[in-house]
Amino acid sequence: MGYEIKITGESRSFPAGDAFLDGSISGADIVLHLGTPLERNDAKAAILVELDSECLGVHTGEDSGREGSNVLGFARYCNGNDAPSQLIELVRQPETEKSAIDTAKAMFEAAGFTVVVCADQVGRIIDRLVRPKYNDALRFLDEGLAMADDMDLICKMGLGYRDGPIERAVRGDLARHYDLSNELLQATGQPGYVPARRAAIAKARKRS
Amino acid sequence: MTNEIKTVAICGASGNMGASIAIVAARAGFRTIAYDLSDDGLARALAQSAGFFAKSVARGKMTEEERDAALARIENTSNLDDLAEADLVIEAVFEQLDIKQGLFTALNKICSEHTIFASNTSTLSITEIASGCGREDRVVGMHFCLPAQMMKLVEMTAGINTSPETFELASGFAEKAGQIPVETKDRPGFVLNALLVPFNNDVIRAIDSELATPEDIDIALKTALGYKMGPCELLDLIGLDTQVRLCEAFFPITNDARAAAPPLLRRMVAAGRLGRKSGIGFFNYNTDAMFGG
Repeated sequence: MGYEIKITGESRSFPAGDAFLDGSISGADIVLHLGTPLERNDAKAAILVELDSECLGVHTGEDSGREGSNVLGFARYCNGNDAPSQLIELVRQPETEKSAIDTAKAMFEAAGFTVVVCADQVGRIIDRLVRPKYNDALRFLDEGLAMADDMDLICKMGLGYRDGPIERAVRGDLARHYDLSNELLQATGQPGYVPARRAAIAKARKRS
Repeated sequence: MTNEIKTVAICGASGNMGASIAIVAARAGFRTIAYDLSDDGLARALAQSAGFFAKSVARGKMTEEERDAALARIENTSNLDDLAEADLVIEAVFEQLDIKQGLFTALNKICSEHTIFASNTSTLSITEIASGCGREDRVVGMHFCLPAQMMKLVEMTAGINTSPETFELASGFAEKAGQIPVETKDRPGFVLNALLVPFNNDVIRAIDSELATPEDIDIALKTALGYKMGPCELLDLIGLDTQVRLCEAFFPITNDARAAAPPLLRRMVAAGRLGRKSGIGFFNYNTDAMFGG
């Protein structure tokens, strides 16, 4: 399935050298914007906008729940400086064309990615769900509930996680965790997103 | 105080967790007394355990002789007096403080002086469970993880009055049973459920807010973070009614809004969608086979 990539700067989903970048075909029926401004074209099967932490609506505008077209958002999940995962979060709006979703999903799957579809909500699936857990784990560390290694070990052995919440949060950059968590806090007002002290310290040190 | 545990009793042995712990104990060579109120429930659990052991044989993890010996070590009973010979009693009954306290108080009159009482509670205080039972120094927390026959972790927790000998003996049993004991503090949810209960509720609220389907949420977390099981799959295994009980035990202690049972969870329980045990939860199931093998 052919796709055309329009890119400026470094893509978070597809860093320089990523094989996916090599598959771009000029004039293809699917267009991916990696850092370039959205160009609407109803004649295309799907137009995909790479997202960082922002919502798709920032690019498309919204219309009281009636928004949706052949434009989708997407992000390849990456924990900090880890190699990008194989997960693509595909972001739809309430009235997004089903054919555009199917086309985009098939295109990414053909390229070897695992695709999930989610609504245009802050944090999408992964960040929305894991950020409060990282905040909890970091707080437990401060409260002496367990040592960092023990807490990670408990999660790996008890829940079958590949890595524990502390090591993952630290590896993913605590300052970035602060930013993402704070964004979720602003959007939802939920206290689980209040950045943990250790994240706030990391953020302050990065500023200074 | 005994210096060796030979006979282990499991209370609540017809439940998912109780049956799992019985498998762990019997597989490791301990005489295992499986106690519950319902003989039918115990028989069903034993049949599921037999199914699990059969899969273990098929996968080359144990011989037929070992399977037969392990099954022979499990003795079902609905008579609490039969627990008199136990060196260690592990309770895995409803996550309700008065039920656990009542059980330990009753067992205190039945069991030997040396018998250690362990609670598999995942949210309640070990100190509170032990309170008033008559042997507070011989009560310890042993929180196994579902499915215990596959998950090695046991969160070991001492209450304020737990003696070091009790803690050591119970930890030693966990090791002999092939598990890995890790010490935690007597705080709500210890480490595992303090992280997991609110997280699972967040997942349920995300589904209710139409963020994504349960399938896609599980796929996302397994792909991105390498989880062996998605949260919806895990909730179905734990039982959605159990998640409600965990929330009801956890929320009043912590006052953490994320620990309160989400409306969708309550609606699913009301609809009989309890997970694997009822054949349908977030996903459909058409088997009562025990997980793994």
